[in-house]
Amino acid sequence: MIVLGLESSCDETASALYCSERGLLAHAIHSQIALHDAYGGVVPELASRDHVRKWLPLLRASLSEASLTLSDLDAIAYTAGPGLAGALMVGAVAGRSLGFALGVPAIAINHLEGHLLAPLLESPAPAYPFLCLLVSGGHSLIVAVRGLGEYEILGESVDDAVGEAFDKTAKLLGLGYPGGAALAALAESGDPTAFAFPRPMTDRPGLQMSFSGLKTAALTATRAHPGREADIAASFQAAAVDTLVIKVKRALAQTGLERIVIAGGVGANTHLRESLKALGFSCFYPRHEFCTDNAAMIALAGCLRADAGELVSVVEGVKPRWPVDSLLPPAR
Amino acid sequence: MTADLTVHSQEFLVDEAATLAFGARLGQSIKAPAWVHLHGDLGAGKTTFARGFLSALGQLSHVRSPTYTLIESYYLGNSVVHHLDLYRLASAVELLDLGLDDLAADPAIWLIEWPDRGTGVLPDWTHRIALSDAVGGGRDVSLTRRHT
Repeated sequence: MIVLGLESSCDETASALYCSERGLLAHAIHSQIALHDAYGGVVPELASRDHVRKWLPLLRASLSEASLTLSDLDAIAYTAGPGLAGALMVGAVAGRSLGFALGVPAIAINHLEGHLLAPLLESPAPAYPFLCLLVSGGHSLIVAVRGLGEYEILGESVDDAVGEAFDKTAKLLGLGYPGGAALAALAESGDPTAFAFPRPMTDRPGLQMSFSGLKTAALTATRAHPGREADIAASFQAAAVDTLVIKVKRALAQTGLERIVIAGGVGANTHLRESLKALGFSCFYPRHEFCTDNAAMIALAGCLRADAGELVSVVEGVKPRWPVDSLLPPAR
Repeated sequence: MTADLTVHSQEFLVDEAATLAFGARLGQSIKAPAWVHLHGDLGAGKTTFARGFLSALGQLSHVRSPTYTLIESYYLGNSVVHHLDLYRLASAVELLDLGLDDLAADPAIWLIEWPDRGTGVLPDWTHRIALSDAVGGGRDVSLTRRHT
């Protein structure tokens, strides 16, 4: 079975092809490939969320990369939520129209389910059940993944996502926006024990997280100690990573799970990876391009659901708010 | 010809608790439809204000930052609050992609951070709140209400 995946939930437009026998056949993200010719010019910045103009050239690029045509598609998987209503609508209209025209099923996929399953794009893939730490600019989630469509949210941020705290603190340190990666680079030359920043919500039981106070603590330190940006960056990173590691450790103890999956853009943070590895469990993380928003994970999720007999869309239209723990195993 | 009547006031907020209390007070008094513009630099307390505002309407935890999602909506009893952060917008035109038209059909309270980035597309404000660092700590806040 060959499934086309379409992703347009937020900033990125992406298209991918996944085959149940041969795995990932192609994937394309608008920011990664030169589409200038296809547009007849550079895409203006104001159209950065203008998915309408991007999805068709991306689809063509994916088909050509895999040497396939539209008639080879057995199903279409599109991101139906969570995300921006207008952005989601583009993918849903594209996916469902294409499915209707080709006479193949169009399957609505939850974007967060895509992230949770993204490590299955890699080899070796983690076996179920596993604990997933999903950390990005928009999400900070600890999820028990027990099977396809069996997700339990154990903890999440009550305010800022951890990636957002990185990006905003980077901005306060004069590293531009978004500068989470630049902050991590600056932290290399700083002393992580220079400032005692809070480890929010670690002093009480539970797996909820909070990162907005950490940003404020970094701001106060930046004002009081100009010139010590590297120490502030290192101390901030140490506090953020510590907080995540403490919560993951607690979640492992609480659930008895033995495999850790790290997903989302912040999953690329070296300090976080090393600290989680040091816990002594098997750690899995997808390569960076599958950590950030992509369509490969959507095509994969669609293929797994279609293979299990789900050949209809479980939602009509789009769901800008769609909690991942409300999902069910494949509908037959 | 209708003349705008604006009422202006200024306060000092000594700490985070004071910002939350100020937000809660406005949460109790402002009724839909309202367009509340929140001005202030990163870390000035805009999101803390929003947390206080929402707490008065019953949203006691989980006030997620709308920076990445651009909009977080709350349906609290009879009140609808849309919390927006336009920081990441490259152009006001992008607001049209958010699907706000569908939401604007029903009366709601709109809390909008970085409203300058939506100039030309956003409706006029009914309340304008500006937060800034005070000399020697704490925050200065100015509130302007417009009755048309």
